[in-house]
Amino acid sequence: MKVFGWRVPMMFSLVVWLVVWEIIGQAGWMFLIPPFTDVLRASFELLGSESFHKSAGVTLSAFASGMGIAIAAGIPLGVLMGRVDAVDRLLGMWVNVFVSAPLTALVPIIMILFGFGQTTIIVTVMLFAIWIIVLDTRAGIRSVNPSLIDMARAFCASRFQLYTRVLILAALPEILAGIRLGLIRGVKGVVIGQLLVAIIGLGELFELYSRNFLMDKFWAVTILLFAFAIAASSLIEMLERRVEYYAGARG
Amino acid sequence: MSDQVAQAAQSAGSDPIVRVTGISKRYEGGVQALEGVDLDFPEGRLTSLLGPSGCGKTTLLKIIAGLLEPNAGEVQVAGRRVTGPGPERAFVFQDFALLPWATVTRNVAFGLELQGISKAERREKARHYIREVGLTGFEDRYPHELSGGMRQRVGLARAMAVDADVLLMDEPFSAVDEQTRRKFQEDLLHLLSVEKKTVIFVTHSIEEAVYLSSQVVLLSRRPGRVSKIIPTDLGGLESPDAIRRSKRYLDTVEDIWGMLKQYLLEDEIK
Ligand SMILES: Nc1ncnc2c1ncn2[C@@H]1O[C@H](COP(=O)(O)OP(=O)(O)OP(=O)(O)O)[C@@H](O)[C@H]1O
Ligand SMILES: [Mg+2]
Repeated sequence: MKVFGWRVPMMFSLVVWLVVWEIIGQAGWMFLIPPFTDVLRASFELLGSESFHKSAGVTLSAFASGMGIAIAAGIPLGVLMGRVDAVDRLLGMWVNVFVSAPLTALVPIIMILFGFGQTTIIVTVMLFAIWIIVLDTRAGIRSVNPSLIDMARAFCASRFQLYTRVLILAALPEILAGIRLGLIRGVKGVVIGQLLVAIIGLGELFELYSRNFLMDKFWAVTILLFAFAIAASSLIEMLERRVEYYAGARG
Repeated sequence: MSDQVAQAAQSAGSDPIVRVTGISKRYEGGVQALEGVDLDFPEGRLTSLLGPSGCGKTTLLKIIAGLLEPNAGEVQVAGRRVTGPGPERAFVFQDFALLPWATVTRNVAFGLELQGISKAERREKARHYIREVGLTGFEDRYPHELSGGMRQRVGLARAMAVDADVLLMDEPFSAVDEQTRRKFQEDLLHLLSVEKKTVIFVTHSIEEAVYLSSQVVLLSRRPGRVSKIIPTDLGGLESPDAIRRSKRYLDTVEDIWGMLKQYLLEDEIK
């Protein structure tokens, strides 16, 4: 970003916005917006509090399970769609529908099917995350250089070896991109799921704080959630950069 | 060179190691790529496949490799019918087909890795063939750090390392610049005189075909058929330059060009 020809670092614009937030908060125009420093203090208090640890643990475990299932099922499905035309034709339409559908609308149905518990949250995370992983994996497998496949076969690779030593590795950049996007969607899934179920994990806290107008705590939970989403996605991004050289050398 | 002649005389009486009979191939979509191809490839020699673009050279090579199924006919290698890829055949690819995430050593040893050979033995063999193709010092480099010529040397070393009797090479030097190519051709001839392989070599270059091979197979336009087999043994000449200047070499190149020109003229009339 440049202002009057000066290079402004990203962090600086963030600081400006936080200062604006602080001023609005201190002025006390809207009770919905407490001063940022209060939110910050609440964040630290939360980080040290027992109830937050418990809630965050529940949320995190639902998120991790949902993502785990999405990855473990999404990659094989994407590989299958990338390799077998019949499967691709059979499932392609549905995957494309789900990847862009407003999945929030389905959460109530999941609640009816799986009850008001952890299972619903896990299924929601899975449902939000899996489709983009499937699609990106499929795209990665489809873009593997065909002569790499011929090469593996010519050197007598078994079917298993072809997949594990060539196809998956060659498609790794796309698969990782899919996981990163899936992760972001998964965070959305866990938030929406818990807000709707509202009796477990961070959802319970959200419900508690907003009902009692504890806005500083409410914003603190939100910010911690954002921070987690950004951290998780940059972690995958770092991994992506490490395997980036593939893409260039794949030709 | 002189022991190549002796070998040629010896193999003249012996059975061909690769025998192609009545091969036809029609692709889905209706392209008839090959029709009734009969060919023998004598053991221990280099045979070039030459023909107009799109006449089915790659298709024939892939059928011999077992990567493609013919619609009719069969391929025998050392008396056994080919039903798929096998360890007695190795392929060198036009676009190198190296694993971009693997070092030179791992790429060269990839065929051995797939065969389940122990790591120590793999390293040992890989190192040997890396030296043979002149890449010592580049063991731990990645393909994208190498020039085109060096990448193809890796491809050649990988094919050598599995110790197959038959090397199938599809325009291996076409993505390599002219000087590198000449050096590479000489190195290949030297390597083959040491390693005693049967090579089936697809090329677009008449000069390359005549220079490298003991016979040139001329294929007709699509659907590819064998149009002529030209013996090209230039044995007895010691240096590459002597071969390139010899009357036999120049005459043979001229003859083949005359025949290929025919196809081009017919194409233009159409
Ligand atoms: N997978 C495929 N499906 C359909 N047609 C194909 C396929 N592969 C090749 N062909 C067609 O079959 C014919 C022979 O192809 P092939 O690649 O064997 O020719 P070639 O002699 O190697 O050509 P070039 O000299 O350009 O390398 C061509 O007309 C090509 O278009
Ligand atoms: Mg070809």
